[in-house]
Amino acid sequence: MSSGTKDHAALSDIFNKDEARVDWHDETLWFVRAKRDKAAHNIPEWEALREAASQIKNNVLSNLHNYLIEFEEQAQKNGVTVHWAADAAEHNQIVHSILKEHNVNRLIKSKSMLTEECHLNEYLKQNDIEVIDTDLGERIVQLAQEPPSHIVLPCIHKKKEEIGELFHEHLGTPEGMSDPVFLTAAAREHLRETFLTRKAAITGVNFAVAETGEFVVCTNEGNADMGAHLADVHIACMGIEKIIPKRKNLGVFLRLLTRSATGQPITTYSSHFKKPRPGQQMHIVLVDNGRTTQLSRPDFRNSLKCIRCAACMNTCPVYRRSGGHSYHTAVAGPIGSILAPNLDMKEYSDLPFASTLCGSCSNVCPVKINIHEQLYKWRQVIVKEGYADPTKKLAMKAMEFTLSSPFVYKNAGKVGRWFMKHAPFTVNNKLNLWYQHREMPEVPKESFGEWYKKNKKND
Amino acid sequence: MNVGLFIPCYIDQFYPNAAIATLNLLSGLGITVKYPVNQTCCGQPMANSGFEHLTQGCNDLFIDNFAEFDYIVSPSGSCVLHIKDHLHSPKEEDKALGIRKKVYELTEFLTDVLKVEKLSARFPHKVGVHQSCHGQRGLMLAQMSELVDAPFSKPLHLLKMVEGLELVELSRPDECCGFGGTFCVAEEAVSVKMGKDRVADHVNHGAEYITAADMSCLMHMEGILRRQNSNVKVLHIAEILSAQ
Repeated sequence: MSSGTKDHAALSDIFNKDEARVDWHDETLWFVRAKRDKAAHNIPEWEALREAASQIKNNVLSNLHNYLIEFEEQAQKNGVTVHWAADAAEHNQIVHSILKEHNVNRLIKSKSMLTEECHLNEYLKQNDIEVIDTDLGERIVQLAQEPPSHIVLPCIHKKKEEIGELFHEHLGTPEGMSDPVFLTAAAREHLRETFLTRKAAITGVNFAVAETGEFVVCTNEGNADMGAHLADVHIACMGIEKIIPKRKNLGVFLRLLTRSATGQPITTYSSHFKKPRPGQQMHIVLVDNGRTTQLSRPDFRNSLKCIRCAACMNTCPVYRRSGGHSYHTAVAGPIGSILAPNLDMKEYSDLPFASTLCGSCSNVCPVKINIHEQLYKWRQVIVKEGYADPTKKLAMKAMEFTLSSPFVYKNAGKVGRWFMKHAPFTVNNKLNLWYQHREMPEVPKESFGEWYKKNKKND
Repeated sequence: MNVGLFIPCYIDQFYPNAAIATLNLLSGLGITVKYPVNQTCCGQPMANSGFEHLTQGCNDLFIDNFAEFDYIVSPSGSCVLHIKDHLHSPKEEDKALGIRKKVYELTEFLTDVLKVEKLSARFPHKVGVHQSCHGQRGLMLAQMSELVDAPFSKPLHLLKMVEGLELVELSRPDECCGFGGTFCVAEEAVSVKMGKDRVADHVNHGAEYITAADMSCLMHMEGILRRQNSNVKVLHIAEILSAQ
């Protein structure tokens, strides 16, 4: 996951060295955005659904403690063991202790962004426990020893030829084979054996229903179900914000989730897990890891409404042209950029600036998170907390000085335009980042202010 | 009607023709427009960079310059949005709030306040319209492709009144151009790529001119077009709506 010391701009710069690849990445994700539009436009009450989802989630965030306790009570009644983890480390320890109790040293895991956020795979590996991801995309990035670049489409940055090479190396498929149907069949065979031999399965949670203590896991591949049904121990890991009050609320969220994510009406599998089957153990780990801190920030609390559909990533013109890894965090894109600074403001101080504030993210968000407004607000917080680049600070001070005084402004404008006209080398050089790929504006003979003074002032 | 003309700093310095066209367009519609000569900038470049706390000087100046008017009109959606969302004054908050309610982007002023239904402009060219994000999604000058709602567009409504003008369809009608204020240098690689892609959409659909209600997007796209030695030009919408 670590990107060293490179920030989003530097990592995007590297990503953009291969323009054809950027075009391919952009087109691929734009295709998903277009599918989302089509699906949304087929639902006349789409905007009302978004509003309903937003209000349900607002209610959840305002009453989170009650719903969590209700959920715990109901889940315990159903025979499920409930654990509480304050942070990523405690989450990982809890999972580890359950596995130790059952003498499990290898397991399978379906998609869970929470476990990515907690770096569970690395932790378990250090403790000599093997994890195999069963979501196809996640398995691919796992074989490539990379983190997912997208929360719904983890290997969207990889071309099928690259996947063919990986499978050739790790699964023994023929060299040069990149037919998706063939590769999928190979993965299926490889995973089938894994499903049958692992005794413990970890899944994520899309929605946890307070009134019933059940949780819902959405997949297209059925891998969460197959894993959980074959394993003796099922561990479901969830952030505490995944709670919804009632089962009937799913009628709102399940309609929104996959239409927003991929343009499908619903995931192939929307599986409800309520109680362990006889002889099975079921655990739920409820994880805070900064969520209550975010809840205490009035400007940022509603980022916790997120249902992880990734519509904001697919629509983001910056994400599409910089790739998920440029965000150097488990949840990339616009939503990741407002969640990550809460976890580590210094490490992620670049992310709220990785946006033009175009606002498309907020418009596609199925739970109406004001993402672009929060990006703006994070910028203010990050600067105030002292994480701004010192050269930028100086430039801003100079700007404040110039723009606060009409006299200084007029003279600076005149001087600046004089230099651009008579000494263009002072601006048209490598130090001017604008000029690397763009011409400077042509210099007019006078400013509008000067023109007005001459032509209109005494009208 | 007492109208104050707010000309953003970069238009004042680099694109006086857009400002002159705005003034002429409004005068031609019988509106008396006054340009307060001591104006500078709305403060957005600092605020969007995270330095909103340094914008009080700009805010105070803006209030001094514009509080007296019934309406404030500007040929820049982005700067208008900044004023609407962020103009504050610890000393004169009532004046700040008043300005936030009466500041208009040019095309919304023409459409919503003047209710213009006819223009005597002529511009016999193929034109691509760039929907600048702050105007479109912030001020809601046009329906947004993400939302499931009835289509409308204030800039297009006006452009359709121009004789001889042919609008070109785009593959992505409201994708951001990548200017983004200081983003254009802070995230240079992505900014340039976004700009190249946006320009290509217009060029590939046969546009001779790219227009917008925001000169900043056009400045960015012009920089790219000129680097490519393209014949395609950018023009602020006011210049087309007042073209003869």
